[in-house]
Amino acid sequence: MAVEAKATSSAPRTPVWRDPAIRSLAIQALLLVVVLGAGWWLLDNTRQNLNRQGIASGFGFLDHTAGFAIVMHLIPYSEASSYGMALGVALINTLLVTSLGIFLATVIGFFVGVARLSSNWLVARLAAFYVEALRNVPLLLQIFFWYFAVLRALPPPRESVTLFGAFFLNLRGLYVPAPVAASGFGLVLLAGGVALVAALGLGLWARRRRVATGQDFPAAAVSLGLLIGLPLLVAAATGFPMSWELPALKGFNFQGGLVLIPEFVAMVLAISLYAAAYIAEIVRSGILAVNRGQTEASLALGLSPAQTLRLVVVPQALRVIVPPLTSQYLNILKNSSLAAAIAYPELVSVFAGTVLNQTGQAIEVMAITMAIYLSVSLAISAFMNWYNGRNALRER
Amino acid sequence: MDAQGTSQGPILPPAGVVHGPLGWLRANLFSTPFNSLLTVLCLYLLWITVPPLINWAIIDATVSGTDRTACAGASGACWTFVKMRFGQFIYGLYPIEERWRVNVVFAVGILLVLAALSPRVPGKLWSGGAFVFVFPVLAYVLLGGGLGLPVVETRLWGGLMLTLVVATTATVVSLPLGIILALARSSRMPIVKGTAVVFIEVVRGVPMITVLFMASVMLPLFLPPGMNFDKLMRALIGISLFASAYMAEVIRGGLQAIPRGQIEAAQALGLNYTRTMGLIVLPQALKLVIPGIVNSFISLFKDTTLVAIIGLFDLLGMVQTASTNPEWLGSSVEGYVFAAFVFGCFCLAMSRYSQALERRLETGHRRR
Repeated sequence: MAVEAKATSSAPRTPVWRDPAIRSLAIQALLLVVVLGAGWWLLDNTRQNLNRQGIASGFGFLDHTAGFAIVMHLIPYSEASSYGMALGVALINTLLVTSLGIFLATVIGFFVGVARLSSNWLVARLAAFYVEALRNVPLLLQIFFWYFAVLRALPPPRESVTLFGAFFLNLRGLYVPAPVAASGFGLVLLAGGVALVAALGLGLWARRRRVATGQDFPAAAVSLGLLIGLPLLVAAATGFPMSWELPALKGFNFQGGLVLIPEFVAMVLAISLYAAAYIAEIVRSGILAVNRGQTEASLALGLSPAQTLRLVVVPQALRVIVPPLTSQYLNILKNSSLAAAIAYPELVSVFAGTVLNQTGQAIEVMAITMAIYLSVSLAISAFMNWYNGRNALRER
Repeated sequence: MDAQGTSQGPILPPAGVVHGPLGWLRANLFSTPFNSLLTVLCLYLLWITVPPLINWAIIDATVSGTDRTACAGASGACWTFVKMRFGQFIYGLYPIEERWRVNVVFAVGILLVLAALSPRVPGKLWSGGAFVFVFPVLAYVLLGGGLGLPVVETRLWGGLMLTLVVATTATVVSLPLGIILALARSSRMPIVKGTAVVFIEVVRGVPMITVLFMASVMLPLFLPPGMNFDKLMRALIGISLFASAYMAEVIRGGLQAIPRGQIEAAQALGLNYTRTMGLIVLPQALKLVIPGIVNSFISLFKDTTLVAIIGLFDLLGMVQTASTNPEWLGSSVEGYVFAAFVFGCFCLAMSRYSQALERRLETGHRRR
């Protein structure tokens, strides 16, 4: 006992400023003070500046009348609508470009990525050229190219470029036929819904039967047949209660049909072609990451080449592909904000541009804009993480 | 082997393989009916796109003359536009008699970068250090003026010069900031880590354009009335903060690749945190992430074009304003092609360098 006590007392005491626990507390306290102090300083400055300029604060402005028109709105909107509605319109336009961009970029990217690995020398070279050319040129330049050099240079409505007599491309945008529902169309939609439910049930049943008995059922083919066949059958029985409204030249412009404004077309083209170049590289590296032995083993087990690709190669390649693909999808969302440069009415150009200029409430507007981008980003990555989790390697 | 060859006759190539150009064609372009179809389709695609492009860009193009009338009758590209505006595309509105200063900065910068990046030149520490610490001061004095040189306001800066100034400044500033953020993020102190995580994730979650908007519209609101920066400075602050969040993630990747044993060994030798990081971990981690840093410089270089949206005229902004000038209306395609060519050359060269570097650095670290 005595010896121990002596040993403790004679051991060199750590000075207070060298104690890791105390030191870490001190550093953190200091950081907290600095961060809070800087934040308070900035906020105080802002409050004083806003007071001096006579700008209101708070989110009340969202109910005020906006008083400006928006070229493209998928929900009812007019100059008499509120700033809140303008925000809604802008958000929908952003999401539209993003989702269309994600879809097209994925399709083109997979196609080009596979083409880069083609045994055909010419195809592989062309795909490589596509990737290098599009990846090394800034996206904004590509948007400007499509908008100012291609779409703005199109002929006026009277000399439109016509495709199949139904699609018209001119200076004002791309005119496409619009579906018009007649009475009885509800039945067709209902049939589509029934077919969807039936296909899902069939898939579940087929999987359960395969696990239980080992017998395979061509669920994919039958589901496809159901999804196309049932609505078609009902439509035929009710006498096709649907028509296409063709755009037609009346006076100086086209009437009827759906119009895609040039800003939208340029944005979707540029963003999906640009992202496709990156996705192609991701897909290529994913496929290359699957060991050749896997393909050989699968063929040796008697699986057909198509089955090998579907059941062996793609699921393993997806594990490598999905995480970088997620960050590409997030990039597409963030890059959709570049549409502000060609005045496509999306979140940044409408809300952080026009609304901010009209109300002057910079803090609130920027906070809402950033919060929306952050939450959509989080939603996309949450979904992709869930998808990745389903495909992930299940280790013990 | 040899004995086998002589006793059983020469080793013959496998049957059914044709060598030479014909064999190559058959193996690479016409191996299956589907491949033959693809080849024919690709050749058709090339046939309808390449000859008209060459006609437009070279054969029917106009280079002579000094204004649009020179291109009046020609069906091809009007390179006269690019020729006449070349100075603006490179230097912006920088006074013509002062352009030599920009050239000196370009030359010194290129020399230092080449010395720091090419494998055979010795003295990396000196050239790299000079680029990070001495070069910015030199560039600031030469470009901005002072010390006897006439002052050139930043609103006159533009073109490729502005693009390079913005991208280089942001990278140089984001390196130390990124290192601090990455270290903070891997810290065990919850408040330090939390602050870094919130900053990095918020900045990475929003588009760069909102950060630029913040910097150009809101920075004046945040600061006390007397304190203000010019437009370029505000953009530089915004882009540098934006770039440091990305840089932090690149560097964190490198920090995570260093085995824990290195830190433990350093601590066992009695080194404190600063020395462990500064002498043991960071030198190894930074060497690993040089390709990542080059890659983020490439994307920053391309993202610099966004400053056009807040009213600064980088290369793309200069091309855009020049082609909307009534004097040169309808020449936008030539301008875009020129800008795309410049950006393409820079980015391609840098990405090739980073790929070569990855191959060179990989050998030392891959487990075999």
